[in-house]
Amino acid sequence: MTTQAEMSIAPSAHAHAERKWWHYFTFCEDHKVIGLQYLVTAFFFYAIGGALATAIRTELATPASDFVSPNTYNSLLTLHGTIMIFLWIIPAGAGLANYLIPLMVGARDMAFPKMNAMAFWMVPPAGLMLVLSFFLESPQAGWTSYPPLSLMTGKVGEGIWIFSLLISGTSSILGAINFLVTILKMRVPTMTIHKMPLFCWSMLATAGLILVGTPVLAGALILLAFDLLAGTSFFNPMGGGDPIVYQHMFWFYSHPAVYIMVLPLFGAISEILPVHARKPIFGYKAIAYSSLVISFLGLIVWAHHMFTSGTPAWLRMFFMITTMIIAVPTGIKVFGWLATIWGGKISYNSAMLFAMGFIAVFVIGGITGVMLAAVPFDIHVHDTYFVVAHLHYVLFGGSVFGIYAAIYHWFPKITGRMVNETLGQIHFVLTFIGMNLTFMPMHELGLMGMNRRIAFYDARFTSLNQMATVGSYILAVSTVPFLINAVWSWMKGAKATDNPWNALTLEWQTSSPPAIENFEVLPVLTTGPYDYGEHPSEESELPPGASPVLSGSSSGS
Amino acid sequence: MQGTVDPNKAALNYHNEEIAAPHHEEHPDLRLFGLLVFLGAESMIFLGLFVAYLTFRAVYPSWPPEGTPERELVLPAINTVILIASSFIIHNADTAIKKNDVKGLRTWFSITAIMGAVFLMGQLYEYSKLEFGLTTNLYASTFYVLTGFHGLHVFLGVCLILAVLWRAQKAGHYSDQEHFGVEAAELYWHFVDVVWIVLFILLYLL
Repeated sequence: MTTQAEMSIAPSAHAHAERKWWHYFTFCEDHKVIGLQYLVTAFFFYAIGGALATAIRTELATPASDFVSPNTYNSLLTLHGTIMIFLWIIPAGAGLANYLIPLMVGARDMAFPKMNAMAFWMVPPAGLMLVLSFFLESPQAGWTSYPPLSLMTGKVGEGIWIFSLLISGTSSILGAINFLVTILKMRVPTMTIHKMPLFCWSMLATAGLILVGTPVLAGALILLAFDLLAGTSFFNPMGGGDPIVYQHMFWFYSHPAVYIMVLPLFGAISEILPVHARKPIFGYKAIAYSSLVISFLGLIVWAHHMFTSGTPAWLRMFFMITTMIIAVPTGIKVFGWLATIWGGKISYNSAMLFAMGFIAVFVIGGITGVMLAAVPFDIHVHDTYFVVAHLHYVLFGGSVFGIYAAIYHWFPKITGRMVNETLGQIHFVLTFIGMNLTFMPMHELGLMGMNRRIAFYDARFTSLNQMATVGSYILAVSTVPFLINAVWSWMKGAKATDNPWNALTLEWQTSSPPAIENFEVLPVLTTGPYDYGEHPSEESELPPGASPVLSGSSSGS
Repeated sequence: MQGTVDPNKAALNYHNEEIAAPHHEEHPDLRLFGLLVFLGAESMIFLGLFVAYLTFRAVYPSWPPEGTPERELVLPAINTVILIASSFIIHNADTAIKKNDVKGLRTWFSITAIMGAVFLMGQLYEYSKLEFGLTTNLYASTFYVLTGFHGLHVFLGVCLILAVLWRAQKAGHYSDQEHFGVEAAELYWHFVDVVWIVLFILLYLL
């Protein structure tokens, strides 16, 4: 501890280099600025996507189509899905990765800072284009944009949709190159691959998926753009094309995209749980390698989205089995997390609440995932609200809970201020109740046979739909305490120390917020990332023999 | 563990670099590795398009569909020879710059750029001779999109080579120590070449 303290008050060699607020609005190459730019931009789009979701739920409060016209409803659901996936969860994961990877591996920046900034600055134009398409002839074919439907409705919007996705896909690929190279090549010399924080492992797996999957989506979108704009018929059966080829190419990316969206948060949860439960992570290697296994399996399951698209029976068996196998590495992680917090000294702060909420809700989504993998069940509930319930339990209960947990956990590091715990806990309770109230009834609705993506429904579905609508309003309200908390704590919150959680990973060993080049002296590891609390009496301190965590700092300046 | 990096030495380096160069230069040059990762991703686009092509081909009753006008074969074959030869030519530039021979680099890169331009013009000439257009049928569409997308990459490769040639005018810009630009352009060119070989087999020979 002593050396750490010395380190943070050591006279800074970078007194001349100060971070100004307007840097956040420029083409800045600092990974921490870029990380925040991603997070804030993503949250902006989350607010828009959330408003669209609230409009969808308002429409569905009654069986008739009375709030918006059916065509507008189609646009709402298309933009809601696209925005939430491509402009909220994926960029938010990229934001966390940008902020944390260099700090965690003890690097001064990403491997290619310019390319990193370029990758970020592709997101706002892509997103704004997409949002503005709502006011033109907006896309109406859902976030999957299956042809021939996508070739027949809202052509201008569909074109914008394609180009917006091509741009954000390129951004995603450039980001992934940076993550991969930084993680593999820029760790401090003492950090062997098995001493790397688990967040880096999960980002390694994510980067691999992005690099293999996203280009194939780009290929599909290029062909779709030709069909739409140049009159070819790759996917148009009228001209001899084959729409199933689009589905294969689309899902070859978009199934892995589910893991691109959730793996970074798996990593974040693996960081948060040990810190706030004061226990070493259970099964470091199992959790680390299960990310890679999920990545690999994630690439060979895509056709489970196409069980009703005329996929031959033998092929459906293959995809059913591989899909179910994914439950194994995912289960390994869940058991690892539970064993980590089991018997730990848990602080029930906002970060930890969201992390534990993540496990609870994500497991429900995981179980319905295994149900949906079974071919007969999938054929029965295909395109019903059961699927909507499943994907929201995974993407809201998983990814969004994970993002919130990560924000609360790293807020002191990013801003140098503590969050307000009361507001954070109110936020958690509202989110948890709202989430379950919105999406739990959808399971039942799906089993009863309510179709997704349609503005009207049979009157017998009304009461469950009203429950979901009330839940969605609670969810909308739940972001208010979060926003107040984030803004107020950033301005006026209690000052955070460099390492308020007594965590052992490297990002906590520098100042809060970190100096421009992260570390005064590149750190040298003396403990593993999760060597917490071997002795109960010292639970608030570093583990015995762990201090000094860093050597070399005292002689450094 | 602590022995691997001498903290004093690390600190010393750090302060020296403070004066000499920005910090992100501290780590070894990772640009080539980054480019390789990028090309890996890039090849996935082509792989996706190739598999789509093979699927169309397999599903269609006859391929090329009946009534598709005859394709040229001699011209693309000559083009293929030119492109493959250019990959060997460009490698001479790499050998030259490793001996600090900038003049050699310029010569070999110029020849490669010309061969690339000839390839592109040959491709355009072939397009003008063909009796089917982009929307004639599915075969024609895949043909134009695949060759066109590859042609775009050849064009980018030529641009990269020209950029290196432009920079090589300045004495000392490339040396036996510092020549990432040369390596990058060469690697990209080889990539474009390999893609063409697969494309040629798929479109013309199968």
